[in-house]
Amino acid sequence: MATEVGPTPVKAPASGGAPIHHGPKGVGEDNKILSQGKWASWLLAPTIIALAVVIVYPIISAIVMSFQKDAGLDPATGLFTAGGPAGVQNYVNWLAQQCSAPAGGTVACPPGTLGAQFWSATATTFFFTVVTVTLETVLGFWMAMIMARTFKGRSMVRAAVLVPWAIPTAVTAKLWFFIFAFEGIANKLFNTSILWTGSEWPAKWAVVIADVWKTTPFMALLILAGLQMIPAEVYEAAKVDGATAWQRFRLITLPLVKPALMVAILFRTLDALRMFDLPYILTGGANNTTTLSILVINQIRQGFNAAAALSTITFIIIFLVAFIFVRFLGANVVEQSGATGKGKK
Amino acid sequence: MTAATSSATSLRAEQDRGRRNAQNKEKWAQGRTYISAAVILIWCLAPAYWMVVTAFREVGFTYDTSILPSHVTLDNFNTAFDTSFGNRFGQALLNSVFIGGVVTLVSLVIGVFAAYALARLNFRFKYMVLGFILGASMFPGVALITPLFQLFTNIGWMGTYQALIIPNISFVLPLTVYTMTSFFREMPWELEESARVDGCTQGQAFRKVIMPLAAPAIFTTAILAFISSWNEFLIASQLSSDATQPVTVAIANFAGAQPNQVPYTAIMAAGTIVTIPLVILVLVFQRKIVAGLTAGAVK
Repeated sequence: MATEVGPTPVKAPASGGAPIHHGPKGVGEDNKILSQGKWASWLLAPTIIALAVVIVYPIISAIVMSFQKDAGLDPATGLFTAGGPAGVQNYVNWLAQQCSAPAGGTVACPPGTLGAQFWSATATTFFFTVVTVTLETVLGFWMAMIMARTFKGRSMVRAAVLVPWAIPTAVTAKLWFFIFAFEGIANKLFNTSILWTGSEWPAKWAVVIADVWKTTPFMALLILAGLQMIPAEVYEAAKVDGATAWQRFRLITLPLVKPALMVAILFRTLDALRMFDLPYILTGGANNTTTLSILVINQIRQGFNAAAALSTITFIIIFLVAFIFVRFLGANVVEQSGATGKGKK
Repeated sequence: MTAATSSATSLRAEQDRGRRNAQNKEKWAQGRTYISAAVILIWCLAPAYWMVVTAFREVGFTYDTSILPSHVTLDNFNTAFDTSFGNRFGQALLNSVFIGGVVTLVSLVIGVFAAYALARLNFRFKYMVLGFILGASMFPGVALITPLFQLFTNIGWMGTYQALIIPNISFVLPLTVYTMTSFFREMPWELEESARVDGCTQGQAFRKVIMPLAAPAIFTTAILAFISSWNEFLIASQLSSDATQPVTVAIANFAGAQPNQVPYTAIMAAGTIVTIPLVILVLVFQRKIVAGLTAGAVK
């Protein structure tokens, strides 16, 4: 079905059919592909070179750095330590939460230091990811279902959902910081006196609520676009056959919207795993709201190489999650026609 | 509605009842739709509205809970631009416009060629290129920041505009390419063929026929690219200086007269200034923007 409704940008035009046959007449098919390939490489070169410079170079550089020792004054000992190859020591330090000891070797990082925060930051990152993406999916689905209906003022609602999306995250964070202030509107509205940013769970929920507010619209619009690709006749036919609303939702809407939904969830999950702005500004990472990204940023000024190891670990985690999504959950971004096929099963 | 009885009259009565039921159900469903729509409106707009209302309140009434503006003043906007507490909001606005402008321009100029190739041409490694560009758009910013931080420190670029512009391109360019690719796929390419039949080269056909047609798509992509750059915080918070910081950083670090008192009303005023142009842009080009946002992912 999705293959009929406009080709995806990430699908070879061969499956769409028409485009390749628009070439000049009288040129052999082989020559055409060859000349198109030449054209394509010239046209793509600037983008590929630019991305290689700004992404590939830093990745490689980060990996190289992560196997180097940090030179400079050891924050734990106050002694100068030279740089040099470190093997996998930086990685071990993060994963085992070991810090270099004054007498050489390593000891468990004292609580409160950055080194002692790796697993809690990982847990926090995954907590935020799972909770926000779940809430956003459910709320976004509901919003999309409403926006897909015809009613007066529908365009107004569709415009309104773009407002949270358009507000910069930094401003969103400050706005919710104000809403969650002790004397702020949240406490007054619910007649509570919670120090929202002052202790662990309120702080975590403050971040979750602000993030859900900011990003649900994006989710809703992606799901809405998926819903709109389902032809109305399918529902009519199901109604004639006597399917209940719940059956129509479960047996038509859900499977047909699944490819779009999976891509939306994948995008949001990868975005949530690198969450930085919101907790950084809203809570400053205090009270166990430090995400992996915040931990990397805090580490940078204490040692590039350790930070590079941590950012590489973060990158690998995100890559693995993306891989699992694409491989096992059918969120096939590069070849959505394949995902549609899976969705139909 | 299959009546168990065989009598025709009772069947008709049953059908009538069914129709009335259906009508009532319809009304009820419509009512629920409006209630839900109202909930969505309030959920999306109330916090943003609260920012704007607070921006117009006198400092002494920061925590006022009246829904309509009360104790209205424009002082907060003056405070937002006031530089005496070390804030450089005005400068930051200019920085954001400049950085966003350059990033958008560079990404569009480079990206438009790639999008054309991906949408129109058939070549080997196409999947790989697409995968690479998509992967790049999901790339975590923190994985770039460490090596860039060290590199820019070594070559003395810390706090310069180029140190902010170059990493930003890595976020904006992939977005630009895949949004434009999906727009390009939906264009009437028969016209290009006609132009070529009339003797244009492929390059001429692109410039003279396709470019004018593609203008709206490119414009929409430009808006999305600019918004994305305007909202960037991670890179800017680490690599900018007081002189080059964009608005997101300026707002995050906004300081008041007393160090232990957050100047909420001024921050809300600054937030309003930063947000209003975007919101207007987004509302005016609503349809196009939604198409652009979802194009890369769903269609």
